[in-house]
Amino acid sequence: MFQFIFRRLSLVIPTFIGITLLTFTLIHMIPGDPIEVMAGERGVSPERHAELSAQLGLDKPLYEQYFHYVAGIVQGDLGESLVTHEPVMNEFMTLFPATVELAVCAAIFAILIGLPAGIFAAVKRGTIFDHSVMTFSLTGYSMPIFWWALLLMLVFSVTLGWTPVSGRIDVVYWIDNTTGFMLIDSWLSGEEGAFKSAVSHLILPSIVLGTIPMAVIARMTRSSMLEVLSEDYIRTARAKGIAPWRVIVIHALRNALIPVITVIGLQVGTLLSGAILTETVFAWPGIGKWLIESISRRDYPVVQGGILIVATIIIVVNLLVDIAYGVVNPRIRHNR
Amino acid sequence: MSLLQLDNLSVTFGNFRAVDNISYKVEEGEVLGIVGESGSGKSVSSLSIMGLIDFPGKVSADQLTFDGQDLQAMPEKQRRKLTGSDIAMIFQDPMTSLNPCFSVGYQIMEALKTHQGGRKKVLKQRAIELLTQVGIPAPESRLDNYPHQLSGGMSQRVMIAMAIACNPRLLIADEPTTALDVTIQAQIIDLLIELQRKKKMGLVLITHDLALVAEVAHRVIVMYAGQIVESGPAAEVFRSPKHPYTQALLASLPESSSGKARLEALPGVVPGQYDRPQGCLLSPRCPYAQEQCHKVEPENQGPLDRQVKCHTPLDIEGRPAA
Repeated sequence: MFQFIFRRLSLVIPTFIGITLLTFTLIHMIPGDPIEVMAGERGVSPERHAELSAQLGLDKPLYEQYFHYVAGIVQGDLGESLVTHEPVMNEFMTLFPATVELAVCAAIFAILIGLPAGIFAAVKRGTIFDHSVMTFSLTGYSMPIFWWALLLMLVFSVTLGWTPVSGRIDVVYWIDNTTGFMLIDSWLSGEEGAFKSAVSHLILPSIVLGTIPMAVIARMTRSSMLEVLSEDYIRTARAKGIAPWRVIVIHALRNALIPVITVIGLQVGTLLSGAILTETVFAWPGIGKWLIESISRRDYPVVQGGILIVATIIIVVNLLVDIAYGVVNPRIRHNR
Repeated sequence: MSLLQLDNLSVTFGNFRAVDNISYKVEEGEVLGIVGESGSGKSVSSLSIMGLIDFPGKVSADQLTFDGQDLQAMPEKQRRKLTGSDIAMIFQDPMTSLNPCFSVGYQIMEALKTHQGGRKKVLKQRAIELLTQVGIPAPESRLDNYPHQLSGGMSQRVMIAMAIACNPRLLIADEPTTALDVTIQAQIIDLLIELQRKKKMGLVLITHDLALVAEVAHRVIVMYAGQIVESGPAAEVFRSPKHPYTQALLASLPESSSGKARLEALPGVVPGQYDRPQGCLLSPRCPYAQEQCHKVEPENQGPLDRQVKCHTPLDIEGRPAA
């Protein structure tokens, strides 16, 4: 097992080099630079531009800038924002809890709906229920996130007035930032209605962000279940006279979950990248919104650093997923 | 009263009759051999006894009783109490028949717990006893093993342990040795027969292995394309087969072809859904087929304990009667 983890970790290094190269190149390929963006429509004189460039280190050749950047990373320094002059890591840490809160709620929504829907669709294969689950999940999968968000907002927030339009909590509450997670902080604050307000602010963004993962999980669970249900050991289980629900939940699901776990792990990437659109639409102060704003400000260190951290998280989650395999699947546990 | 009795049992998948009006009985302590080519409905008929035929498969029978209880009439829940306890089954491929995600001990104890209940400690003790009974060395240490850590023969022993866990009165063994090494086959059969004698179980032994049936079965049923074409006491059926198909099966044994360059074989295959012939189902392949064989389906002939479904049953010399 340790050898396996070690092998996986050694693969991470080239991945990181790739990510730094890619983000660095891409962000520098966008026309315009931070100084022009900061100066806005007033413009900036060539002399002042050169002065500021020198100050920010943007006058050096690209490869030198790149090595400077990589040298920083190796020392654990992601640089500081060109705009706010805050260290990237600090900014990230303040905003990250909001994104995690949203992603976790979206994941819970996706798993809670997607998994049972997939199981039912497989068990009731070929029925109207199966077809509707598959139709809905295909629709969910192909829906543009921003459009879906606006649609839900229009119906539930604007027309019906059931949920708030945007933000993390009503402005009337002043919540101390203890953990950074609004659900916990509002609960701790003890202010009447604060927790409820935080929950209601989470509902729509969670549904929007969780829709694609939910669709993917439902489809994967269904196909995996169908395959497992036709296995010989399911026949054996039924021949033991076990109740049908037990055959499905204990004998089939355990086996069917193996590929589903991979998919759930892969969805972490979708949750973090999907957060960019969802957070923007719902004005959710998380890293998605932060990254989008930094791109439009050409805040090179923030974009590079932010993407690197997100990539790291995705890599770590996938590693954890591989380890979780071993827990579910005894064949892996023993072979390694 | 017979332990198991079926009358005109049919299993249909849409228009296709996988099992076509078969009737037989199994008595307590009796070994019944069912032989026939692949696709002759042997497995499907036994799965229908276990209640394991799923939609779109349909089971119908004039009578399907176990120890006098009507299996068709009883509610699903009550029937499940019988399957796995009084009626148990072991399957062809032991390597895929055990759930890879659960330990051997868990799977055996599950069978016990479902039907008898009891505390974990007691169940574990029972599981160890069962593994000992099926000849697994060091059973305590095997309980925590997962199926992928077992050999095929070992897995089949575990399957047998699971099947006999609740002291079944009828055990159905569906080609229990087909997927195993030749050296292991004999051991598994010996074990099954030994358990059958000790526990006085009824045993339905489904197999391709005619020599095996001749050796251990009291009675034998020969199936072809979902029908029973011949039945009777094992020794008698093999000494003087009355149905051309039985004769052909016996002739295809390597022993019958000693000294010849090629094995005897019946040309053609079992008819499927779309090529079912009129008249006798064997008629396209039968070396003795006459005009009426192609037109009229033969009736069962002979006394109840020695039936044959043929227009012109073979005589003692193996030639068709008139």
